[in-house]
Amino acid sequence: MIRIAIVGMGSVGRGVADIVGKKDLGIVITAVADSRSGRIDPNGLDIPALLAQKKKTGKCGESGRSALDIIQNAEYDLLVEVSPTNALSGEPAITHIRAALARKKHVVTSNKGPIALAFEELQNLAERNGVSLRYEATVAGAIPIMHSLEHGLAGNEILALYGVLNGTCNYILTRMAAEGLTYEQALLEARELGYAEADSTYDVKGIDAAIKLVILANTIWGNRVKLSDVACTGIDLLTAESLKLAEAEGCTIRLIAEAIPRKNLLRVSPRILEKTHPLVVDGTLNALTLETDMAKEITLIGRGAGSVEAASAIIGDILFISSSHVKGA
Amino acid sequence: MKLEVKDSPGQLVAALKPISDAGGNIQAVIHQHNPDSGSDTLVVRIVLELPEGRLENLIALLKEQDVHIQRIGEERLLYRLTVILIGHLMHTDLSDTIDQIDSTGFAEVSELAMSLPAVNERASSRITIKALSKDDMESALAILRRVSLQKFLLLIEPLEEIA
Repeated sequence: MIRIAIVGMGSVGRGVADIVGKKDLGIVITAVADSRSGRIDPNGLDIPALLAQKKKTGKCGESGRSALDIIQNAEYDLLVEVSPTNALSGEPAITHIRAALARKKHVVTSNKGPIALAFEELQNLAERNGVSLRYEATVAGAIPIMHSLEHGLAGNEILALYGVLNGTCNYILTRMAAEGLTYEQALLEARELGYAEADSTYDVKGIDAAIKLVILANTIWGNRVKLSDVACTGIDLLTAESLKLAEAEGCTIRLIAEAIPRKNLLRVSPRILEKTHPLVVDGTLNALTLETDMAKEITLIGRGAGSVEAASAIIGDILFISSSHVKGA
Repeated sequence: MKLEVKDSPGQLVAALKPISDAGGNIQAVIHQHNPDSGSDTLVVRIVLELPEGRLENLIALLKEQDVHIQRIGEERLLYRLTVILIGHLMHTDLSDTIDQIDSTGFAEVSELAMSLPAVNERASSRITIKALSKDDMESALAILRRVSLQKFLLLIEPLEEIA
């Protein structure tokens, strides 16, 4: 049995709690916190009651208990850090993760900011304290890319990676190609369906994909790259005509994140691909192709977003840590 | 290339076989008896595509077959790449953009498809470039990247072939 504390009760946090409540996975939630409240029960919280209260009142616990208070004082083995966090500043998640690691607690997060900005520091802190920091959910949602890299492809040299890492952009491009929509029309549709934020800049300018590329590059090659190292072009200037011109050649356009260390190349840009290319996936799907020395090319395709999909990645991390570190509870 | 082979049965096949052995693709074979060279030889003109760097190998193979090479024609532009350019293409002098590629001598724009929307809106074009070699294509692409940056055009490149 592993005891977890969940900080952040947005769709991802609720998704994790819901699955932990429904499935017998050997996980018990002993503490939760959102931005306004917190709750602790060393014997395990009543998950249905917790989710019902969150839905009704917007708060998961008692007012006045801060997330940091919970992280520093509750009894748990592993912190699930899924608080709403600014991906460009990494806060408040970085502070939360530091506090948990300092207490020798494992951390699993879906927040990109801390991993893109402070990976080395946090990883070192985890190592010094003999605990794990895992972040499968930060890149490509439910696709087990980190586990594949670490375990399935262990011993392979990763020569290059190419990915469709932003579902919003992929949805827009899919719709522009399929229906001849303009960029503006497709963006509006994506918003109506909840695939795009009110402020879509972060997605359509390729920043989200670039942050994920940084996380992947640092994980694979440990080359300490930063967001500013990525040459980034978004999809917001694409015309409906450009997709038709590509179509006439049996091709289409997708936003591709690309890392080739031997060429010193880190780039996010709209690219022309044959429609039969494995990275040409439809709608909000994500896809990643790894080029390796032994396995050669491997492509993974899956859902990049969603509450249960993110929970899948987080629970995979929790159970991995549970099976490799925690002896009893 | 123009070849001289003995005018006896099996000689033409003997001359053509090394081409496929060298990885070449024959596009046309034109032969005629040449009255000036006597009756014992046949002059054959062959149009073929050959991957880069294989020509020396082919020449050696043909010599082994006792085939005399009269002339090797100009190398053709074999590498082909298609990009899309978006922006104010006409206002930024499209012919200059194309000329910057054509004037290199190692690459040229071989196809251009355009879509012109309302005046003052950004136009879209599909441009196919041919180049002598992969390196030349990379240089042509570098020129196009630089020009696009200068002229505020959005250049969409193909995803590189995964090696």
